[in-house]
Amino acid sequence: MSAAEVITKEEDSKTKVKQEKVHTWPNLVAKEFLCGLLFLVIIFFYSYYVDAPLRELANPGEPENPAKAPWYFLGLQEVLVYFDPWFAGVVLPMFIIFGLMLIPYIDTNPKGSGYYIFSERKFAITVFTFGFIYWYVLIIIGVYCRGPFWAWFWPWEQWTLDFPTPPPLWSPHWALGLLMLLAFFGGGMYYPTKRWRSWYQELGPVRYSITMFLLLVMIGTVVKSVLRLGLNMKYVLQTPWINI
Amino acid sequence: MIPDLKKVIELITGNEIWKSVFRHSYEDTPRNRVLQIVGNVWMHIHPPTVRKESLNISYTFCLGGLTFFIFLFETLTGILLMFYYTPDVNRAYADMIDLSNNAAPFGRLLRNTHRWAGHAMVITVCFHMLRVFLTGAYKSPRQFNWVVGVVLLVLTLLLSFTGYLLPWDQLGYWAITVGTNMAGATPFAGYQGPFADLFGFTIDNDIRFALLGGTSIQAPALLRAYVWHCIALPSLAGGLIMLHFWRVRKDGFSGQL
Repeated sequence: MSAAEVITKEEDSKTKVKQEKVHTWPNLVAKEFLCGLLFLVIIFFYSYYVDAPLRELANPGEPENPAKAPWYFLGLQEVLVYFDPWFAGVVLPMFIIFGLMLIPYIDTNPKGSGYYIFSERKFAITVFTFGFIYWYVLIIIGVYCRGPFWAWFWPWEQWTLDFPTPPPLWSPHWALGLLMLLAFFGGGMYYPTKRWRSWYQELGPVRYSITMFLLLVMIGTVVKSVLRLGLNMKYVLQTPWINI
Repeated sequence: MIPDLKKVIELITGNEIWKSVFRHSYEDTPRNRVLQIVGNVWMHIHPPTVRKESLNISYTFCLGGLTFFIFLFETLTGILLMFYYTPDVNRAYADMIDLSNNAAPFGRLLRNTHRWAGHAMVITVCFHMLRVFLTGAYKSPRQFNWVVGVVLLVLTLLLSFTGYLLPWDQLGYWAITVGTNMAGATPFAGYQGPFADLFGFTIDNDIRFALLGGTSIQAPALLRAYVWHCIALPSLAGGLIMLHFWRVRKDGFSGQL
């Protein structure tokens, strides 16, 4: 806004950066107003031409096939293919929510605060962006690529009940599964302490353990989906009480 | 005879009633620009002056403000819809059909905008979080406000989720079935979850039962979704939004803002 008139030029005593200040009214408020107005125009245009979905009256006796959760939860519903509901629907979302909350406390890197930068925060930005994109990829699969009985259909394919029977699933012996899990989490926790020793020391054992545990859960979720889709593995660890 | 405009304006704005409501004139002076912010309850979440860089849209993309704006928009359209909609299994779906057929003025537009804006809010809140992450704006001293933000994200999802059942159509009914069945799989506290029998949780006393008010989605579930959607969750979100904004001001803006 060219009309933004600089009213004060003062040097910040700490950063020695020259600050130019302008009046919030009207400079910033006008932009916020335009932003809101633009949203209203878009939403009213869209709503005028596209009706909100409404199907037949709810009928408890006639399940939808497929029954899909709202789109923003379809990532979790897609994870249901790879894990039991207690993990996909409850424990994993809890890890995500509490993991997100913990981010400011486990990210001790003081750099990169207040501006877009990749080079100073390679690890943090890579992990978060990967998780963000992964969440949306799963949603896109759930919305566009899943048909009756949650079978895979490309968006351009006609949904049909006449798809080939999926191959039988198998699970390794529980001892082997337990070994694989221990190797994955144990190795995953141990290796970086040697390979990136200074990073580990910077974080300290508590922050490091939380960070690596959350990261390994995320990677493990991807690994399990590869095992399931590629090798038809049902569970890594199968026990009478709990399956992973 | 044309009345003297200046005298008319003087008559309207010069009296005690007007002056008791509007504390300063609208004349564009530096003093009034500041008063416009600090003397106005709706504006005073802003500081009276900001750094020039704050006017660049490419730092925040207005995503947080937009999310709040959509929240207000949803509140307004939601209240209007509440005047018409009845959370009763025998009437809810018929009310939807009536709204779609404009039985209430602008009913179709009202329902469509409420629905699509709800989706838009989920998207803007997610991208607001991505923006805050990428700019490192959660770093000290703003850690706690990020936590509040995560809770608000969850509340946004829950608001949208509870609204999904209200039309009482096949789409909402089975989506909520899928969603609430997950709650039934909660370890220890869900009847289908691992270790459920440890504390004696069965289908009629577990978490899922508490959410639905029954063992399956019936009238009590619709009423519960309605109360969560229209009263409990918006109140919680509203309170936390106040905290969120207050902390933004107290912790200071990030970056060049």
